[in-house]
Amino acid sequence: MSDADPSGESPPTDRDYAEWLDALADGEGFALACPDGHGSLPPRRVCPECGSPDLSREPLRETGTVETYSVVHVPSPRFADDAPYATAVVDFGPTRLTGIVRGDDPDGDAAPEVAIGDAVTAAVGERATDGERLVVFRPAADRSPDE
Amino acid sequence: MTEVRVAGVGLTPFGSHPERTGRDLFGEAALRAFEDAAVDRADVEELNYGNFMGALAEHQGHQAPLMAEAAGVRCPATRYESACASAGVAVREAVRTVAAGDADVVLAGGMERMTNLPTAEVTEGLAIAADDLFEVRAGVTFPGAYALMANAYFDAYGGSREDLAHVASKNHANAVPNEYAQYRKEVSVAEAMDAPPVAEPLHLYDACPITDGASALVLVSAEYAERNDLDASVAVTGTGQGTDRMALGDRDRLARTPAADDAADAAYADAGVEASDVDVAEVHDCFTIAEVLALESLGLFEPGEGISAAREGVTTADGDLPVNLSGGLKAKGHPVGATGGSQIAELTRLLRGDHPNSEHVPDAEVGVAHNAGGTVASAVVHVLEVAE
Ligand SMILES: [Zn+2]
Repeated sequence: MSDADPSGESPPTDRDYAEWLDALADGEGFALACPDGHGSLPPRRVCPECGSPDLSREPLRETGTVETYSVVHVPSPRFADDAPYATAVVDFGPTRLTGIVRGDDPDGDAAPEVAIGDAVTAAVGERATDGERLVVFRPAADRSPDE
Repeated sequence: MTEVRVAGVGLTPFGSHPERTGRDLFGEAALRAFEDAAVDRADVEELNYGNFMGALAEHQGHQAPLMAEAAGVRCPATRYESACASAGVAVREAVRTVAAGDADVVLAGGMERMTNLPTAEVTEGLAIAADDLFEVRAGVTFPGAYALMANAYFDAYGGSREDLAHVASKNHANAVPNEYAQYRKEVSVAEAMDAPPVAEPLHLYDACPITDGASALVLVSAEYAERNDLDASVAVTGTGQGTDRMALGDRDRLARTPAADDAADAAYADAGVEASDVDVAEVHDCFTIAEVLALESLGLFEPGEGISAAREGVTTADGDLPVNLSGGLKAKGHPVGATGGSQIAELTRLLRGDHPNSEHVPDAEVGVAHNAGGTVASAVVHVLEVAE
């Protein structure tokens, strides 16, 4: 569980997760969906709700709606230099995403103001602590969720 | 089905014991349980042992045989891991084993060693009870996850930080006379409100402490208790377990804990009781909001009404339905893998009349214990009743 990797070797990768992050970074974020419309995130062999193996990639909505959030002041070591930061669970249609909310100001060092119902977009950013990739939300330009 | 009785309970003092090994902690709890039970160790047929992060904290895997040695028993021994519900599931399997007639005597409980690690590593260790890919890597800490649930609750039903401060204050007051509790000091609502933030809206006194400790229970069949003339007046009459999607974001509603609803429904049905029969409860208040969610899942309060239960004095020691008379995880402490067993130990003492807070529930006949894992992706509920 140690944070630092004394050997300097690259950490093991998680193929499907990395591929999903790549897609999100390219503006092609997706969820998996079964014929009944249950959304989920990869890797999946079957729909976690109904067990259907018939999963297709559905694009995420352009903007999502903040369903809940928290401002974290006491981080885990991997986020030591990121705190305080705001985490949020955001509804993107077929699925929800969890990530960090960042403001319009990239150099701002305080957690941005967030409220339930805010419209945000999802992208991939870097952890300040160690540069690892992570899901980042930013205020949507039109500030209203698309339905 | 065979009736399951609690023959004996044992706890270590909960607190900071960074120099004590896990085997020493569980050995002490088991020793106390056997003293309390007056059961011959040689009669133990299984050991069900709960532990969450021993591989991280002590660099020790395969702990069950080690704990059988520490307890001085030689029998099939298995470790159960279900995050903070590890001991709850260990006890549940013990209850099912005795109820099914597969064993007359089972030793069950758990241990967690946490204070030997730096706080940052404990924070990291606890976080792994969440979904690593889609929550932990997205910055969700353990307090942060419950903070997400708290804000979702406030948004759905109302309530405020001050309501949660009343939960903290109540549980700290309950811990004062409890000889096993980690923090035996009162905390006022104002002090809780003024504490520094951990993950807003949760502040320092909304969170349970980091704790070392162990719990052990000697569970026996009613026939065994009678045959050996044991003083085992409390029965475990119901057990239930529920599972939910691992990540908060994958759940239908963020302000409810359906795994605990399912566990409670099953446990009540197993016992043949209803929520309205419950006289006293020990619930999993790893964070103050968790107590609120537990009360609603247990059917003790309607959704949206659990938030004001402590403030209105319903769940305080002198209220109609005392909750967490032990001090709860909040003040008694939360040695993660031991907690589910300790709740049943405390409830047993409360129902037997030998708990320092038994005076608040002199006529209690039915108690319920609620143990949750992670952000309640796992939940275990037990019903205890005075049998004689
Ligand atoms: Zn489906």
